[in-house]
Amino acid sequence: MADSAIAKPTPASAVALSDVSIAFRLAGGGTYTAVERTELTVADGEFVAIVGPTGCGKSTLLNIAAGLIAPSSGRVDIFGSTLGALNRQAGYLFQADALFPWKTALENVAIGLETAGTPSGDARARAQSWLTRVGLGSFGDRYPHMLSGGQRKRVGLAQVLIRDPKILLMDEPFGPLDAQTRQIMGNLLLDLWSADRKAVLFVTHDLEEAIALSDRVVIMSAGPAAHIIGDWKVPLARPRDIGEIKLDHAFHELHRDIWHTLKAEVTKGYVQTEGG
Amino acid sequence: MSRPQLTALQIMVAVVGIALWYALTTYPVFRKILLPPFFFSNPVDVADQIVVWFATGVIWKHLWVTLAESTLAFVLGSFGGVLVGFWFARQPRTAAVFDPYVKMANALPRVVLAPIFTLWLGLGIWSKVALGVTLVFFIVFFNVYQGVKEVSPTVLANARMLGMSERQLMRHVYWPSALSWMFSSLHTSVGFAVVGAVVGEYLGSAAGLGYLIQQAEGVFDVAGVFAGMFVLAAFVIVIDFVVTLIEKRLLVWRPRVGDARP
Repeated sequence: MADSAIAKPTPASAVALSDVSIAFRLAGGGTYTAVERTELTVADGEFVAIVGPTGCGKSTLLNIAAGLIAPSSGRVDIFGSTLGALNRQAGYLFQADALFPWKTALENVAIGLETAGTPSGDARARAQSWLTRVGLGSFGDRYPHMLSGGQRKRVGLAQVLIRDPKILLMDEPFGPLDAQTRQIMGNLLLDLWSADRKAVLFVTHDLEEAIALSDRVVIMSAGPAAHIIGDWKVPLARPRDIGEIKLDHAFHELHRDIWHTLKAEVTKGYVQTEGG
Repeated sequence: MSRPQLTALQIMVAVVGIALWYALTTYPVFRKILLPPFFFSNPVDVADQIVVWFATGVIWKHLWVTLAESTLAFVLGSFGGVLVGFWFARQPRTAAVFDPYVKMANALPRVVLAPIFTLWLGLGIWSKVALGVTLVFFIVFFNVYQGVKEVSPTVLANARMLGMSERQLMRHVYWPSALSWMFSSLHTSVGFAVVGAVVGEYLGSAAGLGYLIQQAEGVFDVAGVFAGMFVLAAFVIVIDFVVTLIEKRLLVWRPRVGDARP
């Protein structure tokens, strides 16, 4: 394991998961432990990526941080106070399509303000400026089905960011997109993020994407009973361009280093579960 | 196929059908008339009857009665269906308790209720409205129930993360979803509203298209029966056209086939 003295939760941490486990009851009786005894902190303004094999419980961790599901044991602290219900300080960008299909792009972006009581006219004006910021200024009257996958993600990003959440949770948001669009979306995300650094928890299975975007990369083992097996700082300067940074020497060093551990740990975990 | 071409072919089907009908009821084939006019009438007599109805204005009253009954049945049935559909979908325990009774009521052929409604509500329009309501209600109810239950969990989670209260969820998520399901069955439920009205009239009434048909049948006036059927068919097509217009207006957000982008 890398030298990862996992920080104890401090009031300054935007997100602090302490000793969190989550188990699901199986239909045939018995329980399935998805995530076991996990500690994870995200400092305010820090961009943390979680990487792990498919089905390792990355999304589950994110849902716990969002307050969408409660952990079976352990504690979640958001800016120092324990999370008991939905995390009101977080914005969540989902992997699947989460836009309201019956609302236009503009209405989809404006809704997050309207629910908070902003007058409709004001909300729409701000939604329009957000659509422009994500490069969809002239697409406000389109319904989601009239937009491409990448455009829908842009609308989703605007929908979340317009509420100005202190924490941004992202669940493989660019997973379904093609390689070029992913790169463009990654740069857009970094652009928007650098304007007012929010705490970001970014789940992905793509190690390159994780290193290129984040300040810290956290590696999870394969499930069941997934846990964190490594924690790396990313010593790359900002601002970054995702396309260019992948040619950087330091990027390659880090990638090789992390991949070495990730591969070894995953293989070990695989042998253990198969043998047991 | 181009639009005018399609229309021309559609008209041709009607022309050929009517021509065949006319020929077989008028000219003998091998010294035998295949469709005896007593049972099958003929297009000229039927057209005559329709012209007389419209020229004298007799038909308007009956059309109006049937339209009023269908509309009331549709509105009341939809309203009840939406209300109960929402209620059951949001209260699974209530739904579970009433489940066998809902199934039972839905399985019952509604025609047998007609005499009861006539007894309760008399020969006026309300017994027909009641019959239509029992038909429309279940279609709308099942669709709304499904619509509320099958809201995408991701969309729902997103709505909650965007800070929606229970009331806002109702308005921005459940209601549009249920509405889209309801509208997908709009043609069926409007059709059933008309069926309820006409069957009710047929079984006992003093006005309406069903009454007209039943009266003609009572005196073996086959031309009258056919004329009533044609007027009814035209009436249903006009209503269906209006429904299509409303649907296009309200479901503008839904992808149409061949319209979706990858």
